[in-house]
Amino acid sequence: MTNWREKITFWRAAFVVIMIVGGIATVRRFFLGLGETTGLSDAVPWGMWIGFDVMSGVALAAGGFTISALVYIFNLKQFKPIVRPAILTAFLGYILVAVGLLYDLGRPWFIWHPIFFRNPHSVMLEVAWCVMLYLSVLAFEFVPAFFERLGWGKAVGIMKVVTPVLVIAGVLLSTLHQSSLGSLFLIVPNKLHPLWYSARLPVLFFVSAFAIGFGMVIVESYLSKRAFGKELERHIVTDLGRAMMVVLLFLATLRLQDLIARDAIPYMFQPTPEAGLFWLEISLQILIPVLLIAIPRIRKHPQGIYYAGLSAVLGLILNRMNVAITGMAGQLGDYFPSWEELSVSVMLVSMGFAAFAWAVRSLPVFGHEPMPAVVYVNPLETGKPKEPAAKLQAARA
Amino acid sequence: MDRPRAILVDISRCVGCGACSAACKEANGLPDTEETQLSATAWTALAEKGDYYVRNLCRHCTDPTCVSVCPVGAFVKTAEGPVTYDGDKCIGCRYCMTACPFQVPRYEWTSRAPLVRKCIMCHERVKNGQMTACAEACPEGATVFGYRDEMIAEARRRIAENPGQYVDHVYGEHEVGGTNVLFLSPVPFEELGFRMDLGNDALPELTWEALKKIPNLVTASGVALGGLWWLINRRATVDHLRHESGEKHPARPVRYTEPEKEGESS
Repeated sequence: MTNWREKITFWRAAFVVIMIVGGIATVRRFFLGLGETTGLSDAVPWGMWIGFDVMSGVALAAGGFTISALVYIFNLKQFKPIVRPAILTAFLGYILVAVGLLYDLGRPWFIWHPIFFRNPHSVMLEVAWCVMLYLSVLAFEFVPAFFERLGWGKAVGIMKVVTPVLVIAGVLLSTLHQSSLGSLFLIVPNKLHPLWYSARLPVLFFVSAFAIGFGMVIVESYLSKRAFGKELERHIVTDLGRAMMVVLLFLATLRLQDLIARDAIPYMFQPTPEAGLFWLEISLQILIPVLLIAIPRIRKHPQGIYYAGLSAVLGLILNRMNVAITGMAGQLGDYFPSWEELSVSVMLVSMGFAAFAWAVRSLPVFGHEPMPAVVYVNPLETGKPKEPAAKLQAARA
Repeated sequence: MDRPRAILVDISRCVGCGACSAACKEANGLPDTEETQLSATAWTALAEKGDYYVRNLCRHCTDPTCVSVCPVGAFVKTAEGPVTYDGDKCIGCRYCMTACPFQVPRYEWTSRAPLVRKCIMCHERVKNGQMTACAEACPEGATVFGYRDEMIAEARRRIAENPGQYVDHVYGEHEVGGTNVLFLSPVPFEELGFRMDLGNDALPELTWEALKKIPNLVTASGVALGGLWWLINRRATVDHLRHESGEKHPARPVRYTEPEKEGESS
């Protein structure tokens, strides 16, 4: 255990610095107001905290519903070892989205208002309810990890019974939430650049989120290998890469067909910053990952698939930022995030990493049979059942 | 009482005196500073566009985008025409600002408890049968106030009686489904910075198209996913049972609560 502590000392120092800077930015944000501490203006009312923290955060949490659906509904057992890291990512991701919203909302102390004041015509109301409900579902989906750690066999058993209900609710809520973030922009046909505005935004958002669910698990596997020396089995990572490639190709078809149908192809070749960002986005999100995975030599290279996952993640973030910020701001006004916006975003991501690391060390997350598992075996130890688990086994026998 | 009111702005008659802006500030208790652009403290502003002065203010759309996008219903389209705002409900998501096709709502960026600010068409005055402060203050008849149908008729009359003085278009009669602020112009509207690409359909239809599908989507996919889960997992359970009992067809259904036994997973 002392070994990795020494290994990440640099990261610990960086983490402390990020927390201090983010803390200063937080104080400034809440004491000085949004105008003083952000690059936002009446022309560009949504910036980095919406485009990155919320829009990208939700999409990057998509692994939680894709993987759990594959395992629990479609019974694809080969993905079972990754259900829990995927749900943990989603859970942490959604917590950070909620925290990011507190920074962005002008009156965050009224964040509960959508529970009582409801305008059913508002996509934002759908977004608010999806965040609340899915965050609760994710908490229930992840809580068995705590029960197992504590050796509460009965609680684990109860959770096992309700798992299918939770998984189906999670899939439904995620489908609504991922697509609703795209629906938000249906109402700005005259503001969003034609390379991004489409009546199909909800579908495009959903499909791209579905793809990145796989990409995020790939990236996590790589990071956990670097940080803890724990890695998913090779064939699982390869399967994830293949699944991601298929969904990305489907996404590429949808987008191309959509651009053709809307006569938006010429915009792709105009010498505008939007066209540049579009090509960068398409390359990172679709072209590079698909090529890396499709070429067997690269796919078989130990790191090839990780680069594919990383590229897809960056491309997805750029897509969400393009829709929420640059595709809009380019036509409306200038926006550049302030250091407060940047440092708060970096701080939130770092907190996510730290919480993930803590959970991986303290709870049965990786390389362990997840949710319905009856016996808890600490993968860090030699496969010897822990005492509570042994008790549980005896009780069941 | 339900006949909606409207403001008619005749750009050819405006001399740029700024009486409308000053009256607006006074009626709404806003700081008395001269501003040429909309802001949290200027709910109407007078901008110089070439030879003309153009008022900017909330258009009080017939089917307002802000009313439709606000998650907590802070905006209300009143029967009299004005679109009002209830700051006590507002959470500050600023979706109204992102969504407004005319980019009207402004934010109190410097405040620690900011609110959205825009023209509310002097709703209290209008309810009491008065005209808006800006219409009352205008010395030139460039801003007039009345029932919307009568304002459209008045605009048409001015166009018909003064051939060549106006472009034949009442801006706001049909734009985004119609607005309760109408403009007459002596020169093509695009020269004065008006957007001509907004279309005549109310924007809230666009999001409602997606939102109205939700109940069916949830019900249908919920049933489909539940069914899939039951089919796929029941089959796995039954296969397992048959394998265990050594029978090809168990004589009667066996109550089984443990679909995943130790050692079964690959």
